[in-house]
Amino acid sequence: MVQIAHIFKKEFKVYFVSPIAYFVISIFLLVTGWFFFTPFFLFNQASLRSFFALFPIIFSFIVPAMTMRLFSEEMNVGSYEILLTMPVTYLDVILGKFLASVVFIAVMMVPTISYPITVSLLGQLDWGPVAGGYMGAVLLGAAFSGIGLFASSMTRNQIVAFITGMAICFSLTLIDKMLFFLPPAMLGFMQYLGAGFHFQNISKGIIDSRDILYFLSVTFVGLYATYLAISEKN
Amino acid sequence: MINVEMLTKYYGNLCAVDQINFDVRKGEILGLLGPNGAGKTTTLRMLTGYIRPTSGTIHVKDYTIDEHPLEIKKLLGYLPESAPLYHDLLVYDYLDFVANVRELRGGSKLKRIRKLTELCGLNEVMHKPIGELSKGYKQRVGLAHAMMNDPEILILDEPTSGLDPNQIAEIRDIIKQIGKEKTIIISTHILSEAEATCDRIIIINRGRIVADDSTGTLKQSAGGESLINMTFRNTDFPAVEKTLGSISGVSGIILVDDQGESLSVSISSQSSSDIRADIYRAVKETDWILLDFHQESRTLENIFRELTKEN
Repeated sequence: MVQIAHIFKKEFKVYFVSPIAYFVISIFLLVTGWFFFTPFFLFNQASLRSFFALFPIIFSFIVPAMTMRLFSEEMNVGSYEILLTMPVTYLDVILGKFLASVVFIAVMMVPTISYPITVSLLGQLDWGPVAGGYMGAVLLGAAFSGIGLFASSMTRNQIVAFITGMAICFSLTLIDKMLFFLPPAMLGFMQYLGAGFHFQNISKGIIDSRDILYFLSVTFVGLYATYLAISEKN
Repeated sequence: MINVEMLTKYYGNLCAVDQINFDVRKGEILGLLGPNGAGKTTTLRMLTGYIRPTSGTIHVKDYTIDEHPLEIKKLLGYLPESAPLYHDLLVYDYLDFVANVRELRGGSKLKRIRKLTELCGLNEVMHKPIGELSKGYKQRVGLAHAMMNDPEILILDEPTSGLDPNQIAEIRDIIKQIGKEKTIIISTHILSEAEATCDRIIIINRGRIVADDSTGTLKQSAGGESLINMTFRNTDFPAVEKTLGSISGVSGIILVDDQGESLSVSISSQSSSDIRADIYRAVKETDWILLDFHQESRTLENIFRELTKEN
């Protein structure tokens, strides 16, 4: 358990000593700010629902970009060998890296708290859905981090890791919007698989245990697949 | 200390390490020699628990690598080939991370980092990113990394590859300094390095051990042939050939150099007994001037080539 904290600390530090963190945070704030505030005054509603609705799509790009280096870079440079010959287990390594990614996502969202504050000055804002939205966003970020980590553990090429991770996250986001191609019998099931569908509920302010369970399961599956991938490698 | 039995590793169909056995005693500096691709790095990676052997067992002290990988990793310090480190981190941050993972805390952590910085000469680069360091410095950071937990066993994979002669000498000094108390395994394909630093040498070729002996015996044993180099003045080659050729045990005399006033010859002897005394007595009878007289034991290089040549 202690080793997880050390690995987390190191990974988190690397995000901020290299330019990655600043790029990713800037892009995230720019994109969410633009797409949220441009139509905001047209709706004439003091709600952040359209802001949270952006998250699944944006996270599909941003989270794999952050997780892509976690394993790929280490395998490419060779520092992976140094890491694994220290007294740590696979689980320490995976959870340390995973936590670094999730905490980074949380930190990235901190500046956006100025949005609900701005909105609350303009009208009557219901803070409940906002809190729910942020919680959902962390869950979504965790699920996508799990997937991104798995993509990164499969290859030593960061670009391949990014594209693989993005493809999986993007499919999960869009799956419930493509349901009209499918036979009705599969509708319910396929809809349940979509990250977009589950996040929709959360962004409306409804916290349903099924949605939480969904995100936790995706996270678990991602991390377990990562575990299998790296233990198979050696 | 370390006991390796029937260790085998297949990569797909390729057999990288083929049923090797060896022991390493406490306090020994062991050199693992072999041409590129002989299986040195694979062997070390299995010893450090980085890759799993296909079959065979590794015991370190009372632990086996399958059952107690963490305990073994705690005893080991490992420097992989070409010291792959985290390029984005500062040297200090990196050493701090390693110290944390090695379970050093507070005051003892700082003390240890300071001591290693001193030993490896890292003071000037403490606050530079590792990616910007020269190869020599990276290697030293790697060495500091490997020694962080004051390991009982230090495993170094080609610790001097790619360094300039000064750096090589520095790294060797460090190795010798720590080798007084620790068990060290070094892999290398530089023979003079093994000769200079190791107590014992194992030569590996194509995944098999072809020689395993102390450095001294290994140099003497193979063939038992030795060369005696001599340089004279005031004589010529036929006279030397006639006088020294009659000594029993001399199997051949070769003219090495006959320029200007001095004459150099190389005398090969087959016998296991030392013929230098006889040569000295023979030369004493003449009025030749003896400038140089030394015996050259068969170099490690010859043995290495013989054992690892393709056939």
